[in-house]
Amino acid sequence: MTGARSSTPGGVPVPIDMAPTTAAAGVTAVRFRSVHKSFGAVRVLRGIDLEVPTGQRLAIIGPSGSGKTTILRLAMTLERPDSGTIEIEGELLGQKRVGDRLVPDDERHLRQVRGKIGMVFQHFNLFPHMTALQNVMLGPVNALGLTRAEARTRGLELLHVVGLEDKADVHPRKLSGGQQQRVAIARALAMRPRIMLFDEVTSALDPELVGEVLTVIRNLAHETAMTMLIVTHEMKFAADISDRVIFMDEGVIVEDAPSSVLFTNPAHERTRAFLRAVLER
Amino acid sequence: MTFDVDYAIRILPTLLNATVVTFQATIWGMTFAVVGGLVLAILRMSRFRPVSATAGFYIEFIRSTPLLTQLFFLFYILPLYGLALSAFVTGVLALGLHYSSYTAEVYRAGITGVPRGQWEAATTLNLGPLQTWRLIILPQAIPPVIPALGNYLVSMFKDTPLLATITVLELLGTALTEAGLSFRYLEPITIVGAIFLALSLPSALLVRGLERRFATR
Amino acid sequence: MSSPLDLLPQLLAGAAVTVQLTLLGAVVAAFFSLVAGLARLSSNRAVRAIAAVYVEIFRGTSAIVQIFFFFYVLPITGLSLPAFLTGVFALGINVGAYGSEVVRAAILNVDRGQRDAAVALNLTRAATMRLVILPQALVAMLPPFGNLLIELLKGTSLVSLITITELTFAGKLLLRAEGRRDEIYVLVLLLYFVMALPITWSVRWAERRLSRGLHLGRTG
Repeated sequence: MTGARSSTPGGVPVPIDMAPTTAAAGVTAVRFRSVHKSFGAVRVLRGIDLEVPTGQRLAIIGPSGSGKTTILRLAMTLERPDSGTIEIEGELLGQKRVGDRLVPDDERHLRQVRGKIGMVFQHFNLFPHMTALQNVMLGPVNALGLTRAEARTRGLELLHVVGLEDKADVHPRKLSGGQQQRVAIARALAMRPRIMLFDEVTSALDPELVGEVLTVIRNLAHETAMTMLIVTHEMKFAADISDRVIFMDEGVIVEDAPSSVLFTNPAHERTRAFLRAVLER
Repeated sequence: MTFDVDYAIRILPTLLNATVVTFQATIWGMTFAVVGGLVLAILRMSRFRPVSATAGFYIEFIRSTPLLTQLFFLFYILPLYGLALSAFVTGVLALGLHYSSYTAEVYRAGITGVPRGQWEAATTLNLGPLQTWRLIILPQAIPPVIPALGNYLVSMFKDTPLLATITVLELLGTALTEAGLSFRYLEPITIVGAIFLALSLPSALLVRGLERRFATR
Repeated sequence: MSSPLDLLPQLLAGAAVTVQLTLLGAVVAAFFSLVAGLARLSSNRAVRAIAAVYVEIFRGTSAIVQIFFFFYVLPITGLSLPAFLTGVFALGINVGAYGSEVVRAAILNVDRGQRDAAVALNLTRAATMRLVILPQALVAMLPPFGNLLIELLKGTSLVSLITITELTFAGKLLLRAEGRRDEIYVLVLLLYFVMALPITWSVRWAERRLSRGLHLGRTG
């Protein structure tokens, strides 16, 4: 789990310098400590404790409304926890300690910590007024300070990785859903995140387009050592790609096990019921 | 020159009295616009091309020319054709005509919003056109557009000071007369602004409340 | 002297002033719209409050009352501008109050996911606004701004009341000299209509393109 392999049979070769520089193995990439979050009267997360070691591929499964997506959104600072703390590689996210109190972090340090994380969204969220390449270049130029030439090189490389270099100058509305999602993956990779969050990335796609997106993510998992948190309804994909699975229901983690165990021999009745329901579909 | 509170208090009753004329102009003007707009909307949606095209052009024309100029037009032209109306009636007429072309578009949106099936259902019941409009279409088309009509009521209220320019002594006209007598503009005009603000802010809030109520249906 | 067309030169001179007032007023209005619209979305409470007061005062009172206030009252406080500039600023600040609501609504209407994506790309708030939100919001602002431009064009008639010889006042002057009331006023109204036409057409064009989900100025 340290460094990056250059190629895997059947996979798309990934340029070495695209892979994130990994922190020493064994460090905790993401840590939630008794995190609570409500939207209005709805208690979406009721005390989440979660530790994700560097390099782990964690799949998060569970019925809709169970709080899976909220975990990712909190880790991306798109939401703030009502209580509890989140740490990224040992540093507090979105908060800082003043004396023995926690206060909102200043923007500068927040962005420094947030820079380690990338995210791919259910609805792609590509910028419609920019071409595919411009989408991929935006972060590197404006947040990482690359020159346009450098960002362009990196962007084309990544579009090649997701198999879309010929669509560089096309606007998102001219792309299929699957192509849009692949551009979105390239856009997230362009930031060289060490931790990647995938939020139901195939849920908005027509069934025949799901495969191409999952293939790209599978290759990434093979080619790089990125830590990945993957919220998904694709159980087979989750079983293939993940080292570990957590099953969530009603805002708590019900079961937490290696994926080989959870999918074949779940310990909890709720997990069994859920897996039965989704596999019968 | 500072704000002369004594003077302001002295002219306040006169100005408050004048708001009665402002209200009257608004109410009559809006009555005209509520009825006239509906007629205009129905003409605009006529299946007889010349009628709908004429109504469409009229609406477009009125909406893209200034109310003030229309006011002058009526005030100076009507007497030429033997229609010697009082300044107040001319003003109400101008407000009503002008706003009819706005309310017409509001009604049109409401009428287009009634599902096609309602027309077809009326046909199967063998209702005549008048009955269809009165019993089926309008009862469904009008409630959703009430907030939009409310917005135009507030707008019209704020446009009534224009009537001062054709010698109607509503709020602004009275204030300018006072100012002409005392050579003090600060107090009368500030009071006029304050009165308008005091009246239109709550009305705007009311309309927003209506919008929310109709939006949740 | 009998053709209505011989009245045109003087009216056209007035119409030229109307166009100038409209264009300059639009610049002022655009500035106030953007500043107040952004201010209303500020994270700073005081900034939000000041912008809200501006918007409510100028939307809550009549344009004509505001113009008189600017013309008669401001000079008393020592702030004296030529009538023409008074007209430009009074109109621009008035329309800007309405425009700020357009700006605010357009910004709020940009899909939430666009902000999320900008956060995930670690952009600053300013960069998010400049590079992601505003370019999309501006497109949505165009049709309502076009309608406000027509309101502004019509509003310029009000400054005839503070001695500016724009189209309506030119008509009034001509009326005194010539009589011929009906011809003059029909011409004046027609001229306003003609000036509004290009704006009306542009708004329709923009609305059609927007409703087809296309972005202006892009053919891709």
